[in-house]
Amino acid sequence: MTRIYVPRDTTAVSLGADEVARALSHAADVQGVDITLVRNGSRGLFWLEPLIEVDTGAGRVAYGPVMPEEVPALVEAGLLEGGAGHALYLGPTEDIPYLKSQQRLTFARAGITDPVSLDEYRAHGGFEGLAVALAQTPQQIVDEVKTSGLRGRGGAAFPAGIKWQTVLDADSLTPNSRYSGQKFIVCNADEGDSGTFADRLVMEADPYLLIEGMTIAGLAVGAETGYIYLRSEYPLAHGVLNDAIARAKAEGYLGDNILKSGKAFHLEVRLGAGAYICGEETSLLDSLEGKRGQVRVKPPLPALKGAFGQPTVVNNVLTLAAVPFILAEGGSAYADYGMGRSRGTLPFQLAGNIERGGVVELAFGITLRELMQDYGGGTASGRPIRAVQVGGPLGAYLPESQWDTPLDYEAYADMGAVVGHGGIVVFDDTVDMLEQARFAMEFCAIESCGKCTPCRIGSTRGVEVIDRIRDNQDRDANLILLHDLCDTLEDGSLCAMGGMTPNPVRSALQYFPDDFARTTPSPMMEKS
Amino acid sequence: MPQAPPNVILARVQVIVADLKHMPGALLPILHRVRDTLGHIPADAVPVIAEGLQITRAEVHGVISFYHDFNTHPIGNHRLQICRAEACQARGSRALEEHARARLGIDYHQTTPDGEFTLEPVYCLGNCATGPSVRIGNHIHGRVGTERFDTIIDRAITVPLNPEPLTEGDA
Repeated sequence: MTRIYVPRDTTAVSLGADEVARALSHAADVQGVDITLVRNGSRGLFWLEPLIEVDTGAGRVAYGPVMPEEVPALVEAGLLEGGAGHALYLGPTEDIPYLKSQQRLTFARAGITDPVSLDEYRAHGGFEGLAVALAQTPQQIVDEVKTSGLRGRGGAAFPAGIKWQTVLDADSLTPNSRYSGQKFIVCNADEGDSGTFADRLVMEADPYLLIEGMTIAGLAVGAETGYIYLRSEYPLAHGVLNDAIARAKAEGYLGDNILKSGKAFHLEVRLGAGAYICGEETSLLDSLEGKRGQVRVKPPLPALKGAFGQPTVVNNVLTLAAVPFILAEGGSAYADYGMGRSRGTLPFQLAGNIERGGVVELAFGITLRELMQDYGGGTASGRPIRAVQVGGPLGAYLPESQWDTPLDYEAYADMGAVVGHGGIVVFDDTVDMLEQARFAMEFCAIESCGKCTPCRIGSTRGVEVIDRIRDNQDRDANLILLHDLCDTLEDGSLCAMGGMTPNPVRSALQYFPDDFARTTPSPMMEKS
Repeated sequence: MPQAPPNVILARVQVIVADLKHMPGALLPILHRVRDTLGHIPADAVPVIAEGLQITRAEVHGVISFYHDFNTHPIGNHRLQICRAEACQARGSRALEEHARARLGIDYHQTTPDGEFTLEPVYCLGNCATGPSVRIGNHIHGRVGTERFDTIIDRAITVPLNPEPLTEGDA
């Protein structure tokens, strides 16, 4: 029987995928054609969403982007038979160059399967890593992760194997605590950086991958409880995760005796409540404990005193999602990808003003120019690219002169930039960089947890100083003041929120000085 | 939503607290459920929650006031959020914000006089390849130009007898 796939992830749905699915069912009914409609996860080729795939038995062919009102014409042109007679026909999905040239380790299954089908997960290599881990000692699992060279994908890039070793070796006995003897796995799914959506896509398109990765982490360090701290801005991911966890529990992949191994692992989703700072791991832990999401002073490290005062692995979604491959294929297979000390692959996320936005998973070492031009196809507006913000709202704005540096943690650090979580936000030449610098300060003021003074107050002063520069009040002195303020934020803040807000501000000043030297505000921007 | 009498509200809060208080770190799950049930977190709920968790009212209040999600007063029928973050800015969200303010006649954190919409900023909906993005209730819309914004508003305030697909003509 013909299988038709219509994605159910946030982006596809935000562009009408549910309506497309309804229209297809209706059209098939009218034609009297028997189809199986599968709501798969997205392939991450967001510029082609909603992307319909049709499998008549001869492999999957794609059509996209399909608007609901185009369905009747597509059916007329032979979509239900996988026909090529429509302008939206894209040929075999796997041959789309954007997809074909990627090195998909983490996203190998994304968009291929029904995200909550355990049968399909198993049929596509799912739980092979877990099977290996169940046959190993905790130390063997940790060693495999060390061999892989995997570093934290949330942005800090700390070696995952070393963190796991610390938790494995940690003493979990804490007299007088109801949590004594416990360790925890906490997945940081508070993907708040603008321009990032790879965590979301893992959770919506392949949730068992994260569940498997967390279970392996639990086996590795001796933790029997895991929490996924998910941002409330991801309602669709929330539903998919809860559904997947319930199904995994029902089939014995989670619970007191996982796959009859005698080992236990319990998993629960906890919702954030709209605070960017809770993506910082210590704020996240306080929030998980039911407190204000304020940053903790380190030490103690969360690995030793994390959730509820117990030893805790806090890893990003992508870090944990890389683990099943590492266990199934071996750490060295993962380490074969990448460059320098940045091993493996990173799912880059092309966002903002880009013609072909989406997830591009590749080994470290590609350049921004290659990503934005070969994959992204330039801006969506058709105008020249002027600035690119890499690594979220705390990342630097990079001008064209910096687009040929290989994307690698160390190479980026050397130029005062960050790879972060791999988000790439493209701006065309209408962008006013003074406004972007102002927004960086404004965002810090809104989202600061308030614990340390430079971040809490410095950010508000930063907005005021930039407003004075914009209004040409004592400009030279205010520019000096702005640099000084950036130094104070960088040196005096407790965490990366205040410490890295200077990145976008300074890079805007350094690379786009003209935008700070106008005598009248840019006509492109209205004051906000 | 229509307001229930105060004793009914408190009874609902008590049930929620009793259901959830044994979870580790129960306060956020309790606050989420109170908000989802009542539409906001009324001041009267604070002592009930504090008592149930054996923490101070100040602690409960401190947590409520820290998070953007926990509104302490009723909002409109629809919580309408516009993404203000960088990726959506690069696709024209600043102009969309202006349009939304003009169309609805309100600013952020305000509710339209007819009680339909409360406008809020949001910092990223994870839909960054197809911005500008808007969330209404639990539905996220991508490539929201001004026309598409108006369509979303119109559909939210009318109950169509024959729902038709929302088209995407003004991207």
